[in-house]
Amino acid sequence: MIPAAFDYQRAASVDEAVGLLGEHGDDAKLLAGGHSLLPLMRLRLAAPAVLVDIGRLEDLSYVRSADGQVRIGALCRHHDLATSDEVREQVPLLAHVAGQIGDPQVRHRGTIGGSIAHGDPASDLPAALLALRSTLVARGPGGEREIPADEMFTGFLETALGPDEVLTEIRVPAVGSAPWGFQKFVRRAQDWAIVGAAAVLGNGNSGGPGVGLVNMGATPLRAAGVEEALRGGASPGDAAARADEGTEPTDDLNASAEYRRHLARVLVRRALESAGA
Amino acid sequence: MNISLSVNGQERSADVEPRTLLVHHLRDDLGLTGTNIGCDTSSCGACTVLMDGESVKSCTVLAVQADGHDILTIEGLAATAGATGDGAAEDRLHPVQRAFHEQHGLQCGYCTPGMVMAAVSLLAENPHPTETEVRLGLEGNLCRCTGYHNIVRAVLAAAGELPAEEVSA
Amino acid sequence: MTAAEVTEAPAAGLGTRLPRKEDAPLLTGESRFVDDLAIPGALWLGMVRSPFAHARIGGIDTSAALAVPGVRHVFTGADLRDGWAAAMPCAWPVTEDMKAADHWPVADGKACYVGDIVAVVVADSRYAAADGVDAVVVDYDPLEAVVDLEDAAGDRVVIHDALGTNQSYTWTLAPDPDAVERAFEEAAHVVGERYVQQRLIPVAMEPRGVAAVPSVYGGDLTVYSATQIPHILKVMIAATCGVPESKVRVIAPSVGGGFGSKLNVYAEEFIAVALARRLGVPTRWTEGRSENAVATIQGRGQIQDIELAADADGKLTAVRVRLLADMGAYMQLVTPGIPLLGAFLYGGVYDVPAYSFECTGVFTTKTPTDAYRGAGRPEATYAIERAMESLAREVGVDAAEIRRRNYIPADRFPYDSASGLTYDSGNYGPTLDRALELVGYDDRRAEQQRRRDAGDTKHLGIGIATYVEMCGLAPSRVLASLNYAAGGWEAATVRVLPTGTVQVVSGTTPHGQGHETSWSQIVADKLGVDPASVEVLHSDTAVSAIGMDTYGSRSLAVGGVAVDMATDQVIERARRIAAHQLECAEDDLELADGGLRVKGTPTKAMTLQEVAFEAFSAHNLPDGLEPNLVGQVTYDPPNFVFPFGTHVAVVEIDEETGMVELVDYAAVDDCGVQVNPMIVEGQLHGGIVQGAAQALWEEAVYDDDGQLRNPSLTDYCVPSAAEVPSIKLDHTETPSPTNPLGVKGIGEAGTIVSTPTVVNAIVDALAPFGVTDITMPATPERVWSAIGEARSAQEGAS
Repeated sequence: MIPAAFDYQRAASVDEAVGLLGEHGDDAKLLAGGHSLLPLMRLRLAAPAVLVDIGRLEDLSYVRSADGQVRIGALCRHHDLATSDEVREQVPLLAHVAGQIGDPQVRHRGTIGGSIAHGDPASDLPAALLALRSTLVARGPGGEREIPADEMFTGFLETALGPDEVLTEIRVPAVGSAPWGFQKFVRRAQDWAIVGAAAVLGNGNSGGPGVGLVNMGATPLRAAGVEEALRGGASPGDAAARADEGTEPTDDLNASAEYRRHLARVLVRRALESAGA
Repeated sequence: MNISLSVNGQERSADVEPRTLLVHHLRDDLGLTGTNIGCDTSSCGACTVLMDGESVKSCTVLAVQADGHDILTIEGLAATAGATGDGAAEDRLHPVQRAFHEQHGLQCGYCTPGMVMAAVSLLAENPHPTETEVRLGLEGNLCRCTGYHNIVRAVLAAAGELPAEEVSA
Repeated sequence: MTAAEVTEAPAAGLGTRLPRKEDAPLLTGESRFVDDLAIPGALWLGMVRSPFAHARIGGIDTSAALAVPGVRHVFTGADLRDGWAAAMPCAWPVTEDMKAADHWPVADGKACYVGDIVAVVVADSRYAAADGVDAVVVDYDPLEAVVDLEDAAGDRVVIHDALGTNQSYTWTLAPDPDAVERAFEEAAHVVGERYVQQRLIPVAMEPRGVAAVPSVYGGDLTVYSATQIPHILKVMIAATCGVPESKVRVIAPSVGGGFGSKLNVYAEEFIAVALARRLGVPTRWTEGRSENAVATIQGRGQIQDIELAADADGKLTAVRVRLLADMGAYMQLVTPGIPLLGAFLYGGVYDVPAYSFECTGVFTTKTPTDAYRGAGRPEATYAIERAMESLAREVGVDAAEIRRRNYIPADRFPYDSASGLTYDSGNYGPTLDRALELVGYDDRRAEQQRRRDAGDTKHLGIGIATYVEMCGLAPSRVLASLNYAAGGWEAATVRVLPTGTVQVVSGTTPHGQGHETSWSQIVADKLGVDPASVEVLHSDTAVSAIGMDTYGSRSLAVGGVAVDMATDQVIERARRIAAHQLECAEDDLELADGGLRVKGTPTKAMTLQEVAFEAFSAHNLPDGLEPNLVGQVTYDPPNFVFPFGTHVAVVEIDEETGMVELVDYAAVDDCGVQVNPMIVEGQLHGGIVQGAAQALWEEAVYDDDGQLRNPSLTDYCVPSAAEVPSIKLDHTETPSPTNPLGVKGIGEAGTIVSTPTVVNAIVDALAPFGVTDITMPATPERVWSAIGEARSAQEGAS
């Protein structure tokens, strides 16, 4: 109900945030919109000693197109993504997925950077970013580096970000009219996905067809088997049959692992079909 | 930490503990108890207020995050519609509040402030929603009394989207 | 008495869709719920709760908590034990030999469910109280949890040592056991079904809260509580805390829903009172949502075995029911009686010649169960309405037809049921006809068949259920025969004040039901005044000194009738005063234009205000008449009331995922005369979604260790607007002959019938797979599994 006490530091720049993270080490957490972190803190499942608030860094909230890419500032909110004309035209999958997250109030606060940095396998955006072969940009004490989305999610709620790194930008290929599909299976509209599937097809996507899975293991995943089958010319049905290959979905309150595997096959097929594969 | 918010058009400064949730700041420090708390997981929407004109769940915003922002709570809503004066109470409501009254969109009234604020935000973004859009737009607000039927009608009525023969039904 | 006689003079005002008087303060944030109250100097309480379902409590180390800034005190069960005048009350010991353990507000020695309070932190702020709770260190010695009902009944692990068993009671209703035996022996068709009523969390949107404000020198105590029952709470505070009842005032301010969960007296209320008295300062506590899931009662929790006997045409000849009911760890206020509220109704709307019922109440190491919207009647209605579908399959007739063959005929009312009730009035067939019409039954059936023939993976299902329920809790003598400790009357006072404004004081305690509006309509209708000029006072024991409160769909049928009768007394008194003033016979006066006038001589008249002024100035009253214009009634009805109706649900099931979508819902209900149809409809809309939620979304899930797996609203799936459709309503009107208004309760009806309606639709949709049952809630995975299992079984058989 009520978070444990913490020290609050408001960063005036990314570099200051990096410095504060370096100073406080594991005791510190970054706060952006707060919609991943604050719920955990209220239930006292997380109790960081220091919160470094980067929510006011307005220079991290933007959408820009350049060099066949759409560059999205890490503080771009889900609502901004869902309603951005640029994102809707250049990466319609991403705009659509952002509009499906949580509920309107969550979308008014939650940010793309926070969603990625939290590394929750049940989040929708990471699966879409995996399907889109996106690149993430992080800044640390040594400067900026690029992290391919494929290398970002390293374990349950763990990412490749260093303890003193700040995720600053998300670079997404401008796939334009490339066919896409997204399927999110929930019992209630506001719920986290029991399983979800994001697919993008066609030439616009470098590296060929991309399929990302929500909540099919400890991390957001790419459905590599499906992608391989699609590259080989398989039908949506045949390709989707491999949706759970290499996944290790959990058994939890919402679904058994077996059911999740089944859902992954159904949802991937539907995502591919709706994309027009 | 000292923060300063515009709440219902008034500048309010206060010293708060950093962990203070916006909803507790509004309720306990500023005495604006109209915004309710119905859960501890950002699920129910009872605490919905407008922050810079957009709906947010004030249980999932720290007061320090709201520093410098405009907050509108249920207490300040009617005034935004210019609905003041000494007429009957029902005539001094915001159109969304009035529609909830006329369509019986509330029973116990506990979810109501959050539901109304969510509806105001929804209509600001989509002034003429369909029934499906209203239902999806209120996905983050739970009500246990009404089954949502009359809430949905109230929002459609406020948007002028309820068929005329049903408005008085 | 026939319907026509009762309704021949429907008064103007009754039946009006008057928008509610309650709304404006609630819509503007002006209303005050308990947590909204500013209480200077109040200390905040935080409850340290057992994280184990069953554990011996060793040492409790409070030193770290006491070191937390803002924490003043920590009290353990042992610290408080000597301060209680009595253990917490159970007002319904259903049998003479019922076994129940003493239930203390703070556990002492042993915790018996996750959430059992083991210590109380007292602090300067709610934040400090939360920090203090986190810092209390309790040494637990965990014992084995008792979760499964049948396991509990077997006494493998006994929870309360002093009782020696987990079986609390067995209660039997068998007016003619031989007739039941005979009917089953001679039956052409017998169906036997087992259903599980999962535990539900009521989730009133306002969590509970309490504040106790002592007057240290005056000796009195004001308690603010988010309760449905301020009057009952006052008595129980007196009994448990040892305060003279005359020193206790209880106020239920705005209360954010109850659904039965606030029809209780809770440990936190007694703790707040005890510590306010002990410390001499106000104390307050507000429940968190995840705390609410374990600290507030849960509903349902039964295993039901129901058998139907029928003749060759499917006409019922007997119903036999056996229940195991989960009490949880302790008896709360009316825990053991909940199954009894359904015990008389497992024959439903059908003409059942022979009937028997038996229920065993069993302790488990879980949160206590108690009244949750419908309380016993949803369970009964579910069992009979599901079993009737089995009978239809057994006999080979349509689900609507099996019902028509068995409905109690309209000309048999008042109907004496084999269970011993007298159903006041009813006419069931028309509600079925109209509900089927509203969903386009024939077209839906055709569409269902078309999809099946086409191999469509989206299956349509149509579910029907007809219900009758007993509500309007009263009459006191019947409650006595069930060993219920209290009465079932209700009190009302109607006053015309010297200025002519009308003041109603009601013993009912609304928390969303709109009594201020409805009672105003009843009074205004009779007195011929504007409802806006009628003020309704309630929910404060200093203002409304006697009352039996709001639950069990009783407020209108008992309390509203009391208001109506008190208004009659006012008119009677006004008539005597006016006749005296106008120098005419009382019989020459008629009520008109908000006053009394001499028939045929409209100029000889007095307004109500003039009569009131005369009454209170008392300058010229008839000899022997006391100077007031007040009516006061305590009404104890002669019978329950029996609302009824038929609901029809249409679902679409995605065969591939098991997802069930509720696509259409129609309800045709009959609650007799409607005072405010808008409010009636609101009760139905909400009730229907709440019952549908049991069918589709909600369950308190416990693991083998007795841990509640889904205490938050992230995991406990209360539906939102996005999950449910608009609802089609219509009604018939068959007045109750037992009260002068002809009214019946409607607060629980929607919940009582919508659960089986939706589940029948799911089972209907899955019929082609051979599925005949589905466990509630029918989650997508359960539906998908049921389809898969049925297919495997069919393949295995072929």
